[in-house]
Amino acid sequence: MELSREAVHHVAKLARVALTDDEMTMFARQLSEIIGHFDVLQQVDTEGVEPTAHTLPLRNVMTSDESRPSMPQETVLQMAPSVEDGYLRVRAVLE
Amino acid sequence: MADLHYLTIHDAADMLARREVTSRELTHAVLDRIHAVDIQVRAFITTTAELALAQADAADRRIAAGERSPLLGVPVAIKDVLCTNGILTTCGSKMLEHFIPPYDATVARRLFDAGAVMVGKTNMDEFAMGSSTENSAFFPTHNPWALDRVPGGSSGGSAAAVAAGEATYALGSDTGGSIRQPAALCGVVGMKPTYGRVSRYGLVAFASSLDQIGPFTRDVRDCATVLNAICGHDPCDSTSAAVDTPDFTADLEGGVKGMRIGVPREYLPDTLEPGVRALVEEALRALEAQGAAVDYDLTLPSTEAALAVYYIIAPSEASANLARYDGVKYGFSYQHGASMWENMEKTRGIGFGQEVKRRIMIGTYALSAGYYDAYYLKAQKVRTVIRREFDAAFEKYDVIAGPVTPTPAFKIGEKTADPYAMYLNDVFTLPVNIAGLPGISIPCGFVDGLPVGLQIVGKPFDEATVLRAAYAYEHAAGWSTTHPTL
Repeated sequence: MELSREAVHHVAKLARVALTDDEMTMFARQLSEIIGHFDVLQQVDTEGVEPTAHTLPLRNVMTSDESRPSMPQETVLQMAPSVEDGYLRVRAVLE
Repeated sequence: MADLHYLTIHDAADMLARREVTSRELTHAVLDRIHAVDIQVRAFITTTAELALAQADAADRRIAAGERSPLLGVPVAIKDVLCTNGILTTCGSKMLEHFIPPYDATVARRLFDAGAVMVGKTNMDEFAMGSSTENSAFFPTHNPWALDRVPGGSSGGSAAAVAAGEATYALGSDTGGSIRQPAALCGVVGMKPTYGRVSRYGLVAFASSLDQIGPFTRDVRDCATVLNAICGHDPCDSTSAAVDTPDFTADLEGGVKGMRIGVPREYLPDTLEPGVRALVEEALRALEAQGAAVDYDLTLPSTEAALAVYYIIAPSEASANLARYDGVKYGFSYQHGASMWENMEKTRGIGFGQEVKRRIMIGTYALSAGYYDAYYLKAQKVRTVIRREFDAAFEKYDVIAGPVTPTPAFKIGEKTADPYAMYLNDVFTLPVNIAGLPGISIPCGFVDGLPVGLQIVGKPFDEATVLRAAYAYEHAAGWSTTHPTL
């Protein structure tokens, strides 16, 4: 299966990763090769087999509905690149 | 007397208890060793000498007050994928080059409570993606046995640090072999516990259904000792299993008489390097001589498919986990774009290295509309098939054994141009993650001066049997006293 540059561009858009022209060309080639190796899965009979998301017999682990102290706001905001009035600041989402 | 920097944990603990050495002296010896050899090995991203000496002094006070505890006052190195409160945690990435976590990972907390002395944070492939530590955004780590070769990865810094005497033990993480493979290539003991055995709170997430934290040590007894300290349910990680934690050191000397060991045919393929095959077969004969029943007739037919399953599931989960690096909350942030989206895309384009971007792309593709059923869902179904093959094998065998890697350490730069060739390194280790099983790598000899590892895999939550087999082999072989010349 050959991945076109357009397909790579589309996936990069979905992943929100800016790629250079060189990366676009390189990934089109490498991803095609890697995805080609996935064909081996079609040889495994999975008729009637349930998927495994993880290997533990755990489902819907609940915690009690109680309030607990959390990290102070200033500790968390200290790590942020841009802050205003106790909020994380970003460029306008809607233009 | 052995060099202080090459003591095992249990020898160090004995000497500390007998007051033959102080934690401060032990810590100084390790820090001096780092100073002397890390310019060649480059195992550490950050060294924390000041913190280490403060922790050593605190440990000496606890020892003077009569406290005896196996890790008290003993130096440890921690992979830079684990959060440490107030201490730089880069994950080997430009994205987190200046990230200082506001909390400790549960495993770090448990070690600190037990009196551990942290000498530094170790180098790794960026976001734990890689098999050579060449994907570190900062510098590659060198194999202490041959400086022109890789230490393996992704926990290459932790493995190299223990091999080079730059820490008494270390912590790493293993998603597809990232503890066992570098342990094999550096000639130390490395264990990935059962999925769910160790809390991952504070572990920078890569592939959440596969990631597990484990120790690098100089011998099997030390491995069991560290497991005792880090295992157990944690309310902060709801995927940590609420199962009892036995004393893993209790049954070490039980021997392998009557133990049934299965060797999968698929793990001894024709393509296996002859030197590796010879050493693994010799190790299996040594176990046989101790009374184990070794059977070479086991087959795990989906071993080849496991590589494809892994390289769909791990990147898919990674693409979701790494969505958090948006340049808004923490980490590297590109701020000069015209829009929020441009800033976010450039943040990720510049902040992530090529292997991380490659895996995000694979994962995003595998999860995208029109391909989900063919790739991700199919991989999850084959995952069930793989687990069933292991379950069936464990009805006949107590443990499964084979090589850790197809070859010893390769040259730095040898495989960087071909991502798929690099992925093939993990062919014997990643099925163990897919099935969520415990697995250990222990040294089983040298090919042309390069260490080779024997892998022993057990039933879920049966680390004790794996450790008992590993201990029996180690005592028959005696490799753990061998160190590289640096």
